[in-house]
Amino acid sequence: MTLLTASKVKHYFGGLCAVSEFNLELQAGELMGVIGPNGAGKTTIFNLITGVYRASEGSIQFKGTELVGKTPHQITALRIGRTFQNIRLFRDLSVLDNVRIAHYAQSDYSPLEALLQIGRYRREEQRIIENSRRLLAIFHLEAMVGETAKNLPYGLQRRLEIARALAIGPELLLLDEPAAGMNPNEIDLLMEFIQWIRKEFNLTILLIEHQMKLVMGICERLKVLDFGETIADGTPEQIQNNPKVLEAYLGRGQSDEWGGRRFGRYPAGCARSGGHLRWHQGVARGFLLGRQR
Amino acid sequence: MKNSAYIETREWLAAQRWLLPVLILTGFGLAFAIPEYGLLNKYVQLVIMYVGINIILATSLNLVNGYMGEFSLAHAGFMAVGAYTSALLTMKVLPVADYPGLFPLAVLAGGLVAAVFGLIVAVPSFKTRGDYLALITLAFLMIVKSLIENIDAIGGPRGIPGIRKLTTLPWVFFWVVMSIWVIRNFVYSKYGRGVLSVREDEIASDLMSVNTRRVKFLAFMLSSFFAGIAGGLFAHVLQFISPRVFDIIKSTDILIMVYLGGIASLGGSILGATVYTVLLELLRPSNFAALVSWLPDALFEPLNQYFIQHLGVWRMVIMPLALVLVMIFWPRGIMGLREFRWFIPKRDLDAHQHHTEHESRHDASHRQ
Amino acid sequence: MSEWIVYGLQQLLNALQLGSIYALIALGYTMVYGILTMINFAHGDVFMIGAFFCFLAAVYLGLPFAPALLLTVVGTALLGVAIERLAYKPLRNAPRVSAIITALGIGIFLENFTLALAPYPKHIPALLDSTNWDLGGVSLSSLQLIIICLSLGLMFLLDYIVHRTPVGMAMRAISWDKTFVPLMGVPVDLVISVTFAIGAGLAGAAGTMYGLAYPVIDPYMGIMVGWKAFISAVVGGIGNIRGAMIGAFILGGVEIMVAAALPSTYRDFVAFALLLVLLIVRPYGILGSPRIQKV
Repeated sequence: MTLLTASKVKHYFGGLCAVSEFNLELQAGELMGVIGPNGAGKTTIFNLITGVYRASEGSIQFKGTELVGKTPHQITALRIGRTFQNIRLFRDLSVLDNVRIAHYAQSDYSPLEALLQIGRYRREEQRIIENSRRLLAIFHLEAMVGETAKNLPYGLQRRLEIARALAIGPELLLLDEPAAGMNPNEIDLLMEFIQWIRKEFNLTILLIEHQMKLVMGICERLKVLDFGETIADGTPEQIQNNPKVLEAYLGRGQSDEWGGRRFGRYPAGCARSGGHLRWHQGVARGFLLGRQR
Repeated sequence: MKNSAYIETREWLAAQRWLLPVLILTGFGLAFAIPEYGLLNKYVQLVIMYVGINIILATSLNLVNGYMGEFSLAHAGFMAVGAYTSALLTMKVLPVADYPGLFPLAVLAGGLVAAVFGLIVAVPSFKTRGDYLALITLAFLMIVKSLIENIDAIGGPRGIPGIRKLTTLPWVFFWVVMSIWVIRNFVYSKYGRGVLSVREDEIASDLMSVNTRRVKFLAFMLSSFFAGIAGGLFAHVLQFISPRVFDIIKSTDILIMVYLGGIASLGGSILGATVYTVLLELLRPSNFAALVSWLPDALFEPLNQYFIQHLGVWRMVIMPLALVLVMIFWPRGIMGLREFRWFIPKRDLDAHQHHTEHESRHDASHRQ
Repeated sequence: MSEWIVYGLQQLLNALQLGSIYALIALGYTMVYGILTMINFAHGDVFMIGAFFCFLAAVYLGLPFAPALLLTVVGTALLGVAIERLAYKPLRNAPRVSAIITALGIGIFLENFTLALAPYPKHIPALLDSTNWDLGGVSLSSLQLIIICLSLGLMFLLDYIVHRTPVGMAMRAISWDKTFVPLMGVPVDLVISVTFAIGAGLAGAAGTMYGLAYPVIDPYMGIMVGWKAFISAVVGGIGNIRGAMIGAFILGGVEIMVAAALPSTYRDFVAFALLLVLLIVRPYGILGSPRIQKV
């Protein structure tokens, strides 16, 4: 079954084309990765799916429901959970509250019931708190339900963010650079962890990542973006040997570090935003291939 | 460091949750008994009523300024709307002279109309935040004030004199309990947590399925509703209202109570309102003189001559200075983000106990 | 037809006079906001103290205009620095609202302290012999001319300081980034104090001129004028110095127009309605730029 479909999605910031002609078919149960150099438009795609930005053109459908034009909370309530590139927890609130807040759409009582403590209020609140505790226990965070989120160490904050995203009860989980700031050992653990929650919560996962180790290790399918354009699509093995991908990461002509690409590479209708610092050749080759071998 | 006996007593007291309903019932009993049997003189009764009204104002403003993290200056405006609505009702519409039981209806109507006015501020808050929203609330306050000044049918700048004194101690007590209970229920519901998450990070909150517009709307409506209730009670204690009563200085007073007590804390607002109101009254020359009258004459006379006699003017100099000092030494106010544990629902209690087992935490943190 | 032009010119002159006073105060708000992102609610009361200093200088010291103005500016500048050092500096790392509440407290303190000193209202004696010129029906007083020219002069001086001197550069740098500028060796405390001194000094100058134009002092006069000046700063785009000047002249113009067309009680109503509409249509002011939130 196709869970998420994006067809011909375009997005402009002013005159700058951040995403052009993005197409995606995500099957239920799949684990797909989106990779690409900095500024390729990866996070923008998450923001388009979750309604933070409204796509300039095109359509995004989740289980047949059109997402373009819906607000973030409406989209999230359809059971799409996400995390953020730079952790965005509710820093001054307790760990428990962070998870409980994400139950908003699933708990069903009216403001009047809340104000007067009548009707479904108590039962629903009890259910929310039990479910939150269950989630936190799974993530080994149950010992610090009362801790303020900002006081957790970095790794736990990342984990809490995933727990919070799961509290929405998602069918589709969007992970935005889950391995950011982790060392190779932690990445190994994270890979196992992602595989595990995928099974445990029956998830379809779309993830953005820079760490090739993680992407090549767990993703079944990859999409490579550069300058808002999809330049490749396939299994990790196919991607690894795709000349276009190598070019995007390495630069084409080896003339200089500042671009190394010709104007013809820019998609039609998109303004050029200026020179982009490319990875130095050696660094890039290691980055893309080295750790995998 | 606080000694352990103190902590033990505090913990024991916090566990005696049954005391809260007992205290409320006792309070009700006293509220009826005090005026009935003249247990306290009229002036003290009046001060108690002002304390009650200020508690309602502070807790309701705390909803917007503390829990939601906005800076509203409009509270006196909502209060004005409630005061004018209820005063006009008791003077021109409802036959309260024959049926004093209609008074609560007038107060309730004041609250409801104020809640509708709350929309005027709630709608811009969907798109505007922070300092700019603060200015919208200021503009709202000023516009309400100058509208009242320009409508002659409701007294214009002269205001409405001769309002009946219908506010009684039991009614004030009832509304204080109601406002704290309702706001507490709201704060510990999904809507209240939504309000907190908006304060923390609005975009993330939206992406965690919180309907941010709805929770903002509810917070503003609830806050202005209780401001309107307080306005209605206030009008029927003071017996005279005019646009000048509800100017920016009134809003500033309420702000001071909220931040003095501490943001996002109902207990803080109760303390802030009580301390501020009572201190201002104590600093009146006659009260202060009565307070220190036990001193020997040799001390009392010079104190009276050089200090107490002048307090009438100087108390408003001393109060703001005290406020500045409190802010410098306790920037988060008396209770700052803490709460009376009696107010916290049982199921929430352990989420509020910041435990100290650091070892076990680190142990748990490195496996998944 | 021509009498309409004369009338219009006359009102324009009045608007310029009011606008210059608002502008001088608005600059203080906008500078402090630019550097500390803090609304200095005591600023309107510093303006009132300026008028009060001018009164003291004129009545008790018998000074003529120029020295009285100088004394007032120096006095209020010192007051501004004192307020910053004693009340705001300890709170620089505290939650932002604590500083705002402290500012409100300082404002109330200044009002009531002034009130406690003497009975009010007080009248400021005329420090200048005012002559009226008749320019083809438009009457211009020397007082008006001095207020407008002096204000414009001070504004250009400030604009020069902010955009052309090292102190100004430091101010702009701090308002741009508060974390790293101190690491570049910019003496942040000093620059903040200078900002408060300049802002308060300008408010003092505004107080003097206001006192000459409307020679009655009342301890609460700073509240409304202060708010109006703050509106000017917001209308122009808070944090933006040129914006504050533009906003002040717009507000002055609107108020004079309202006063000419409607009963005076509508003046505040229109000023605040203007603010409300502007904030809804263009929340970041005329010269301000919208802040973009990144996800």
